[in-house]
Amino acid sequence: MSGVEDIPSGPVPGAGTRAGRRGANASLLVGGALVAAVVLLALVSFLWTPHDPTLVDAPNRLRGPSAAHWLGTDRFGRDVASQVMVGARTTLFVGVVAVGVAALVGTPLGVLAAMSSRRLGELVMRGNDLVLAFPALLLAIMFGAVFGADTLTAMLAIGIATAPSFARLARGGAVEVLGTEYVLAARVAGRRRLAIAVRHVLPNIAGLVIVQTSVSFGIAVLAEAALSFLGLGTRPPTPSWGRMLQESQELLTVSPRLALVPGLAIALAVLGFNLLGDGLRDRLDPRLEARG
Amino acid sequence: MTGDQPLIEVTDVHRTYRRPRVSLTRPGRAVAALRGVSFSVTAGQRFGIVGESGSGKSTLIRLLAGLDQPTEGTVRFRGQRVSGRPERQLGFLRRELQVVFQDPMGSLDPRMRVRDIIAEPLVAQGHPDTAGRVAELLEAVGLPQEAAGRFPHQFSGGQRQRVSIARALAPRPSVLVADEPVSALDVSVRAQILNLLADLVERYALTLVFVSHDLSVVRHVCDTVAVLRAGELVELGPVDRVYRAPEHPYTRELLAAVPTLRGALARFTTRTAEEEQP
Repeated sequence: MSGVEDIPSGPVPGAGTRAGRRGANASLLVGGALVAAVVLLALVSFLWTPHDPTLVDAPNRLRGPSAAHWLGTDRFGRDVASQVMVGARTTLFVGVVAVGVAALVGTPLGVLAAMSSRRLGELVMRGNDLVLAFPALLLAIMFGAVFGADTLTAMLAIGIATAPSFARLARGGAVEVLGTEYVLAARVAGRRRLAIAVRHVLPNIAGLVIVQTSVSFGIAVLAEAALSFLGLGTRPPTPSWGRMLQESQELLTVSPRLALVPGLAIALAVLGFNLLGDGLRDRLDPRLEARG
Repeated sequence: MTGDQPLIEVTDVHRTYRRPRVSLTRPGRAVAALRGVSFSVTAGQRFGIVGESGSGKSTLIRLLAGLDQPTEGTVRFRGQRVSGRPERQLGFLRRELQVVFQDPMGSLDPRMRVRDIIAEPLVAQGHPDTAGRVAELLEAVGLPQEAAGRFPHQFSGGQRQRVSIARALAPRPSVLVADEPVSALDVSVRAQILNLLADLVERYALTLVFVSHDLSVVRHVCDTVAVLRAGELVELGPVDRVYRAPEHPYTRELLAAVPTLRGALARFTTRTAEEEQP
């Protein structure tokens, strides 16, 4: 039976009060702003960048920030600001593919594990543990060796490595939902398992999954930067924050700016997605909302 | 009040749960929730099941509704076996037997609108014109038509239980099983919901199976009562007889524990009398 904690008695206020319950949520605001900034940079880069981010301009190499080059140029004379903008595109692409794979593979698996027989559920979850124990980096190296290293293979590797955390979360949420009386009521109504999964389980774990998506987005951004840094991700000349960082390391003493700019971009993006996840958790957690 | 063939027939039902194992070598401890329970309910009866928490009431309901399988024994509905059948063969039961659950918050999906909650059995069982039926049901349980577009959290406990009752009545069942339908509600709305249930049972000629830990509620609603204690049926008979002349000591104990106005007043007057004495 589901635990009955507090049955509200008397008149229950309308839904309007729930939105204001948390008041201004700082992490949601800051996280949302940072993520919006990354999205904006990426979108603008499709239409306009200050310079061609891949244009080599040898006479103007290693220039400091100026009116022409807001963040200066790198050792080939390429415009750093333009690279950061196009790099944001890579970052988002990474997040969407990796987290998309993870959520679309992991969530159904977790729900399946929760709803199937105990034996099959155990099998799925132990398989899940196996993948969880497998390092993403190793997976990326394997994928790179088999399919050739580029952004997409790196993302698939990160996605597969992240999927188990979705599966585990979805299973936990689904087990909780399946223990409720409304699922019993749905069975009495004559609903079959698939309908219960689609109509009751998925909508009620959606909040959990959305939060996990945002947090995983941050992890994926970091992972892509790491893989590109190691030469297992985005290939030149496509700009990527991770590779900008790697190219800057030989010039760290001469021009620390070249490391600082992409480093800061990565840090802010990851921070943004994590804060957004935290903020959404406060807003969407069904356990908090159930008391609304 | 009695039909020829029993509608629900429970024969020597046992249900044993296994606790999660605590040792690698031995299986978990077995807990018997029901131990050899038998009874039958005839069409039109208002059958009350009384027992304290842990007596196996909820387990019994799950077995009646085909939501759980007995370890031993059989449950039959109109002569057809309910126990031991896979879900896809329980269509006959789903059309005829519906359940009102205890917790009016927990039994309504917080993400669904009232319209979809009430229509769920209709959609699942492929009825035509769900919208018309939902409007009819809202009317029948005394909710305004605007309620259809709202979510469960926008209602009070009593209103939510009305939604739950409307859902149970949607497929025009012949049997309504109510699992402690008022015990989670405020005392002030209990009577309203009980009266509504009694009215609806009357109006649609339903057979009622009413489970409660509260003897006075059962007396108010039912004509027959079964007393459950630690998974065993200790007494079964017409409500009046059981209340007037309980046979089993446990029933007597339960009845003695029911707070009555007269009892409360008696205690109050003796106490004030004592206080008045110097």
